[in-house]
Amino acid sequence: MGDNHNPDQPENESFAESRRNFLKNSSLLTAIAVTPGVVAKAAENDLGEKIASAFEKVPLKMEINGVKQQLSVEPRVTLLDLLREQLNLTGTKKGCDYGQCGACTVHVNGQRVLSCLSLAVMHEGQKITTIEGLAKGDQLHPMQEAFIKHDGFQCGYCTPGQIMSAIACIREGHAENEADIREFMSGNICRCGAYPNIVDAITEVKNNGQKL
Amino acid sequence: MNEAFFDKKDYKSLDRVDGRLKVTGAARYSAEYQLSGLVYAVLVESKIAKGTIKSIDSKAAERAPGVLAVISHVNAIKVPGYQTSNQHPSEPPVNGQPLRAFYDNNVYYNGQPVAVVVASTLEKAQYGASLVKIQYEKEQHKTDFDANMESAVLPAQAKKNPKSPVADYSRGDKNAFANAPVKIDAEYVLPTEVHNPMELQAITAHWEAEDKLTVYDKVQGTQPTQKQFAKEWNLPPENVKVIATFVGGAFGNGLHNWPHETAAIIAAKQVKKPVKLVLTREQMFTMVGYRPYTWQKIQMGATKDGKLVAINHESVGQTSSYEEFTESTLQQTRMMYASPNINTRYRILKLDVSTPIWMRGPGEATGAFALESAMDEMAFSLNIDPIEFRLMNYTDSDPDKQLPWSTKYLKECYDAGKEKIGWEKRKMQPGSVRSGEWLVGYGMGTGTFGANRGVAAVRAELDAEGNLLMQCAITDIGPGTGTAMVQIASNTTGIATDKITFQLGNSQFPKAGNQGGSSTVNSVGPAVQAACNALKEQLKTMIASNGGSQAAFASAKTDDILFVNGQIQIAGSDSAKVDIGTLFKQNNIRKIETTQESKPDENRNKYSMYAFSMHFAEVHVHSLTGQIRVKKVVCCADAGTIISPKTAANQMIGGATGGIGMALMESAIIDHRFGRYVTKDFAEYHVPVHADVPHVEVFFVNKPDTLADPVGSKGLGEIAIIGVAPAIANAIFNATGKRIRELPITPDKLI
Repeated sequence: MGDNHNPDQPENESFAESRRNFLKNSSLLTAIAVTPGVVAKAAENDLGEKIASAFEKVPLKMEINGVKQQLSVEPRVTLLDLLREQLNLTGTKKGCDYGQCGACTVHVNGQRVLSCLSLAVMHEGQKITTIEGLAKGDQLHPMQEAFIKHDGFQCGYCTPGQIMSAIACIREGHAENEADIREFMSGNICRCGAYPNIVDAITEVKNNGQKL
Repeated sequence: MNEAFFDKKDYKSLDRVDGRLKVTGAARYSAEYQLSGLVYAVLVESKIAKGTIKSIDSKAAERAPGVLAVISHVNAIKVPGYQTSNQHPSEPPVNGQPLRAFYDNNVYYNGQPVAVVVASTLEKAQYGASLVKIQYEKEQHKTDFDANMESAVLPAQAKKNPKSPVADYSRGDKNAFANAPVKIDAEYVLPTEVHNPMELQAITAHWEAEDKLTVYDKVQGTQPTQKQFAKEWNLPPENVKVIATFVGGAFGNGLHNWPHETAAIIAAKQVKKPVKLVLTREQMFTMVGYRPYTWQKIQMGATKDGKLVAINHESVGQTSSYEEFTESTLQQTRMMYASPNINTRYRILKLDVSTPIWMRGPGEATGAFALESAMDEMAFSLNIDPIEFRLMNYTDSDPDKQLPWSTKYLKECYDAGKEKIGWEKRKMQPGSVRSGEWLVGYGMGTGTFGANRGVAAVRAELDAEGNLLMQCAITDIGPGTGTAMVQIASNTTGIATDKITFQLGNSQFPKAGNQGGSSTVNSVGPAVQAACNALKEQLKTMIASNGGSQAAFASAKTDDILFVNGQIQIAGSDSAKVDIGTLFKQNNIRKIETTQESKPDENRNKYSMYAFSMHFAEVHVHSLTGQIRVKKVVCCADAGTIISPKTAANQMIGGATGGIGMALMESAIIDHRFGRYVTKDFAEYHVPVHADVPHVEVFFVNKPDTLADPVGSKGLGEIAIIGVAPAIANAIFNATGKRIRELPITPDKLI
């Protein structure tokens, strides 16, 4: 793309670029000590990018839906984007990226968390449960069953977040009555407007008294 | 009469057929296809509302790690369809020319996509986009509706065609209002509302070959989109594939193709990799349409004993500087009530903003706020119960088209709703009913929307195990299209619903238009029915040719051929039972298939076809703080046959929820100094949440309208919201005596 910029514009070396170049150089220096030939050559072409990129990533251990994961992620990656873009767990949804809609709700160590407001690296060693981790084989979680029975959704996009929140809502003791449920589910927006059906689903699961 | 209604709770109904996929996270939406080599695109938006781009400094972005390309009008490849005179390949919903992504350096509104950064990861693309620096030549912009309303114009389509639905309309005596004994003269304002479906608009664009494009796109029509992109890229339609298997809500914003879609397609072509582009929530306010800011004025005249003598209804709706968006804001005023004298006048106001697009209920919902509020105001002036007043002006035929209704069961809706909301508790005098510190009010509003059946085709395939597979290009943005179609197929064939699959959301399937305008069940449903009947015809012939005890099939009516417990029978007779596996084996075939098309018939010219709804609201307003709580909503719909009660009731609940938002909270506000939205996320632009929505009681008349279509359905999506906002506004008046004519009705307007 280098040949596409407007030649009339002056060069503007940004801070970010300087930092980047420093990183490339310093990683090169580090690498030279080990295998000078290969890396020096690599830095001259595309591989330089990859090596530099590797230095910007940090190792991360997590247990996601019962599976232990050893990952390497950039510190700026949110838990939501890690799940959706790197681990193909697209059941967790992005609806706003500002923690305002609840579509990205997951459980971290059993508690509901907005994965868009949470950097992946903050969850070192923690247990993450997403919508994909609720069913046991073909056996749906009772909350999933109840959402189907009460038709607690239409387009289905907010549904994973609603279900993760709904389970947490009961666990927290915030589903004692309908008013409570409405209050403590208000962080999960459903634009299709299936709210009354969602409340019915949660009420039924709560009344069945199963441990969730 | 009450047996014609049913309550969703005691009615057996099929669970949503895609429910399992949706509750397990397995349903894949447009941004969720992990294609090999996929890269990420992030848009850069204009920071001015009007002017030109002087320069784009993309060097820093280009050098940022992982960035593959920075594309703008400076270096974007030429889109072939852009070059054909001034005719843009995308067919606009209206006159004008849709915004062409990266076509030139013009800026038409604040937040317009002006560049796109493509990178190997989302984070790298986001960072790259933050580094693009743009210099502008600013021009004076106009975004303030009120300040510019004088510049409103008649839409070009009405200038060309005086019979256009948005042309000026007059019936009876033009000046009847002036002489009316009782008059209402009031202005109503509806602010800009934004669809804001939960799924962000997303497209994954993939050039599978130089001349072969596949897009996973959040749209309401796969084939309309296919047609647009085929024209835009000068390709045969079969070279463009559009996939929209799951659409995370849309409410109208997927009825137009937008610049971000073309931006992603350009980017994919330029970097030679599949590109994923997801809008941010902020971009959802400026890039994919909205319900336009609309001013209305109603002059209503009546006799002292409650007969309407005149309605003059004017409307001015906002549009962009480059496209003329229009909607049917005034249509129901022409046909809803038996006023002999009606004048309507529709204008549009071009501002330096993006183009609006139909939002659920579209113009009719906007118009109903004014009309149904005015009806309530008039009823109050006349000291007549608002339901009585509507009944006094009820029409048994369409006074606009001067045709009989195909069906109209609105009186039944009034009766049922009145009872369910507890209308007898309502007092004529506002502020008469209290519950502690809360003022209690009851209100109602009517809704209507055309039963607009379109053309659709369905392919059906029946295998030797008795599994029925159907395919159609239609999308499902949430109402439960697959569920309704499976139910129709099961009703038609007798095949158990769990043996029927309905595939949708793929442009390669048989013909369908957009999912929009409440037209899916009444367009695709008849095609499902026709395909099922064609399969039954084939079976009948096959069975009858066996002779013997099976010869009776030859003379059996197609309707009577049914699967009973997996075997084919003539219903109501003790005919032979035929096992489909055996039958296919005898005939040495593995499956039978057919594709059938269905389209509107001549009844469309003989009858006026509308669905109707009635919404009742009980609202509590705190006497000191003005806080408003909707305590109860009752909705009754005359939508013809209700195919899938559970999903239909849910649609009505959703409409009521949307109506609560419209009445009480939704408003997108522009800071006119910059021409930029200050409400750009859910913290500033409020939509109803759980705590705002009470239980909604839904009732259906459920009487088929077979003149409208063979399935008997009139459509539901729009009438679910049309009339809800005025029902709430009217209830607030009944509670407080304050008539608020500018939505949303927030506490500050009540204290």
